[in-house]
Amino acid sequence: MSDRSDAPTIVACPDGPLLVRGEVQLETPEGEPIEQRRRTVALCRCGVSTIKPFCDGTHKAIHFRTEPQPARSRTSEREE
Amino acid sequence: MTPRITPRGPVSEALLHAFSTEPHPDAPAMDEVVELTRTALAAGTDLLTDDDLQISLYMMYGLSYGDTVDADDEWEWNPGLVRARRLIEREFERQLRQRIAVDDLPAPEAEAVASYLFGITSEDGGPSLSRFIAKKATREQLLEFVIQRSIYTRKEADPHSWAIPRLTGRAKAAIVEVQSDEYGGGRPHRIHAEIFGRTMSGLGLDSTYGAYIDSVPAITLASFTMMSMFGLNRGLRGAIAGHLAAFEMTSSIPNRFYGNGFRRLGFGEDVTEYYDEHVEADAVHEQIAGRDLAGGLAEQHPELLPDIVFGAKACLYVDGLAGLHMLDSWEAGRSSLLVRESVPA
Repeated sequence: MSDRSDAPTIVACPDGPLLVRGEVQLETPEGEPIEQRRRTVALCRCGVSTIKPFCDGTHKAIHFRTEPQPARSRTSEREE
Repeated sequence: MTPRITPRGPVSEALLHAFSTEPHPDAPAMDEVVELTRTALAAGTDLLTDDDLQISLYMMYGLSYGDTVDADDEWEWNPGLVRARRLIEREFERQLRQRIAVDDLPAPEAEAVASYLFGITSEDGGPSLSRFIAKKATREQLLEFVIQRSIYTRKEADPHSWAIPRLTGRAKAAIVEVQSDEYGGGRPHRIHAEIFGRTMSGLGLDSTYGAYIDSVPAITLASFTMMSMFGLNRGLRGAIAGHLAAFEMTSSIPNRFYGNGFRRLGFGEDVTEYYDEHVEADAVHEQIAGRDLAGGLAEQHPELLPDIVFGAKACLYVDGLAGLHMLDSWEAGRSSLLVRESVPA
């Protein structure tokens, strides 16, 4: 958060995508530009997005995890 | 031209009558609205299904938005109108808080708040409107769905923008980043509300704001008035932040299904662009709104955490009821819209 330069930043969102802020060039292996339609983009890292390389939120449906999971059951978080 | 609004009971009738009189600070016609509002609330009404009070609250807020209600600008801060509005708002908020339990708070840390919000927004176990739209909805039901959503979506992002001057630092930067994208990042044709207008036109619907206001039931109005209430009251700034986070977190996957529903019935990109846009956009927004807006605000102001959670749960609760209303109506072979004759004033 202390970065005040204009260099692009990439936030590795826990259990989610890579959030890219700032000017970067997205391109295919052939060097063709990939259209970036918004200033900040989320790149898929769970592998199941239907709009790769961008994230479409599907990581939530497959319970994609980026961190090692301690013995914590999901049901313990539920409301009564 | 602002579409005419048909009254749904004594309060809205008196309010529309007051709008036709001089907007004097002591206008007797507005005193009448205050009295009728008191009477309606004293009867112990359910605000989420009260058509008369919801359309009245909608018109009161409409004075603060543009092109929503045909009335003199002076009415926006008329003392009587504000008095009636506060009466409805207090009861609306009280009823919401009574139904929405906020008892399992995360730690007031950005990551904990984001994780908690992702948790509650993924637990929705009710029948899925988006799956029904994707697989079963008829053309007529799709049109109804778009009409129901148009009350908010043709003003998409506006209720949350009221929060911007009430936030600072990380939370402010986050909401502006999300809203800037909602508003097209400087490109008028990319404003989400405008893209939705093209969806409506592509379906042969009237995209004028409020063109279908007389057709939507109280619960649809309640979804919009609730977020307007959260946005317009500084004391509810935590709730509007939580609301936006939950709204974004329940958007990208459903929008893919909605788009599929329209494609299934042969509609083209002019109609599906709105939904396709939101698959990508809201996968970005949910990260920012969950971690930096809601989480950032909780770190700055831990005392707002209960309201952040309240706002998020209120979004799930009320929008869940609005969706359920559509599913229940269609299952029973009915329209989800009100059949209402327009009464010439």
